[in-house]
Amino acid sequence: MALSTSSNFTKPDDAFRMIVEAHRGISDAQSADLDAALVLVLANHIGDLDVLRKAIELAKRRLVDGQQQQQQQ
Amino acid sequence: MQQHTTQFGYRRHPDQDRANAAEHPVVVVGAGPVGLSLAIDLAQRGQPVVLLDDADRIGEGSRAICFSKRSLEYWDRLGVAERMTDKGVVWSVGRIFHSASQLYQFNLLPEQGHKMPAFINLQQFYAEAYLVERAAQLPEIDLRWRNRVSALEQRNDHAVLTIETPDGPYRLAARYVVACDGARSSLRSLVGADFKGQVFEDQFLIADVKMTAEFPTERWFWFDPPFHAGRSALLHRQPDDIWRIDLQLSPDADPAVEKLPENVRPRLARMLGHNDFEFVWISLYKFQCRRMEKFIHDRVIFAGDAAHQVSPFGARGANSGLEDAENLAWKLARVLAGTSPENLFESYHVERSAAADENIRESTRSTDFMAPASRQEARLRQAVLSLARDTEFGKRMINGGRLSVPSVYDTPLSTADGETWRGGPPPGASMLDAPLTGRDGGSTFLTEAFVKAGTRFALLEFANGAAASVPAGVGVIRIGDDGFGDPSGLLGARYDAAPGTGYLLRPDGYVAARFRHLTHGAIVAALARATAINEGL
Repeated sequence: MALSTSSNFTKPDDAFRMIVEAHRGISDAQSADLDAALVLVLANHIGDLDVLRKAIELAKRRLVDGQQQQQQQ
Repeated sequence: MQQHTTQFGYRRHPDQDRANAAEHPVVVVGAGPVGLSLAIDLAQRGQPVVLLDDADRIGEGSRAICFSKRSLEYWDRLGVAERMTDKGVVWSVGRIFHSASQLYQFNLLPEQGHKMPAFINLQQFYAEAYLVERAAQLPEIDLRWRNRVSALEQRNDHAVLTIETPDGPYRLAARYVVACDGARSSLRSLVGADFKGQVFEDQFLIADVKMTAEFPTERWFWFDPPFHAGRSALLHRQPDDIWRIDLQLSPDADPAVEKLPENVRPRLARMLGHNDFEFVWISLYKFQCRRMEKFIHDRVIFAGDAAHQVSPFGARGANSGLEDAENLAWKLARVLAGTSPENLFESYHVERSAAADENIRESTRSTDFMAPASRQEARLRQAVLSLARDTEFGKRMINGGRLSVPSVYDTPLSTADGETWRGGPPPGASMLDAPLTGRDGGSTFLTEAFVKAGTRFALLEFANGAAASVPAGVGVIRIGDDGFGDPSGLLGARYDAAPGTGYLLRPDGYVAARFRHLTHGAIVAALARATAINEGL
């Protein structure tokens, strides 16, 4: 099964906001823990190693950007 | 710095010489875009209106510049849209950049067959000047400059205002007062109302500069541009070779220092790639997203910035105020004429406070995306921006402002669909324009046919034999047979129509009800519901 990168939410802003709000009011360390748990929950929901592998590859390509962002903080 | 100002004269009114307060059906406070539009709408409905403003001039800075299709359709009904679109610059395309590269572009009106464009940019002082000129043509409007409301007494069936003028104070009685007196509304203070919401710490600098430039007439938004590292920027064109530039500043930036032209100039020179521009207006903003809990306080009804405020990203300030005016005008006219009970106003609060919540939600999200509140939110945003380079879902999640579209009202005035629809505006949604041909074969639009039908309740009827019988006072827009033609088929498609389909439109152009097969009884019942005269049915 292919990794879907088309826009799947009717209102993508609602999904982004839900994630933002999940992180409101917790510490940065807790945010990292929340993200880890969230990734595992979603990976299990997808239930497809091929898709998970492609998702990891796509996300990993962004690490360079992520490091740049860290430096700006 | 250049200032565009228009001066209006104070004139003493005979009401000021009376021993007792003169009585008027409705007094509108605040002659900005919202108060002026409301007054014009009321006047066109035959309703006399007193319009007060504490100043005697308009035009300090361009302020609101983006006027939406919905606002233009409203102004078209008020007879001023042509002047606005002739002077304004028309746009529909926006581009989003991250660093130096474009991530995404969108078109807010990708389809043909609408009389009005997606947006025009026009300095608020032009819009106000055209509205003032239109108001002067209407004898029902009594516009009084340098009349400042200083006190309010609420009575059972009217309110009494104390008004300060250069000749001293006088008093006016009104059955209804509409407060369109802006974000710092004095009437809001006088009724002692709450005005709560979120304050944003980030500051934004707004500069209008005059220059001749090759940029296209589009909305350009940058995240983290090379000329303004780590922050966001927005570029918009206005008439007269004026360009609006918004720059996000850090929360701890010193406003007095940031505002100095010598500090703004180098930043803009880097953005524009040259130094050949002059400043017209520089202003510093912090935003609040907030609204009054209740838009109606006894005899005082609040509209526009007086009732609700949003961040400017999304053009939801002035446009939502104009939607308040169009929503309220026909209801006020009906209640004052005695054709609807006062509880029709409850629908104004229901519909427009929900719209305010939606505008606050959308503009808060945009502002939060531009100014992330925590490291985690900054990471999430960075992930979206980087994923947007080659994924569709990433592009769709970038939030550089979601531009104003009319709300769909969940309202007691609507009659719920009783049949199956595959498209078309549902009850509570605003009408969609479409091209038509008149009986003479000439080109027109549905929005124009709506005005010709009287800008009142109107039945949009897709002919199926004999015309439907409508109650007195309801206009008819008949499509097919002996009525308007729909040669492009766009109207039929936009309304999911078949012969016999009918839409009952409200005087503000919203859908009250729709039917696959029109019956007189169903139209009467829907009309009663939409005018709040079906209580107890």
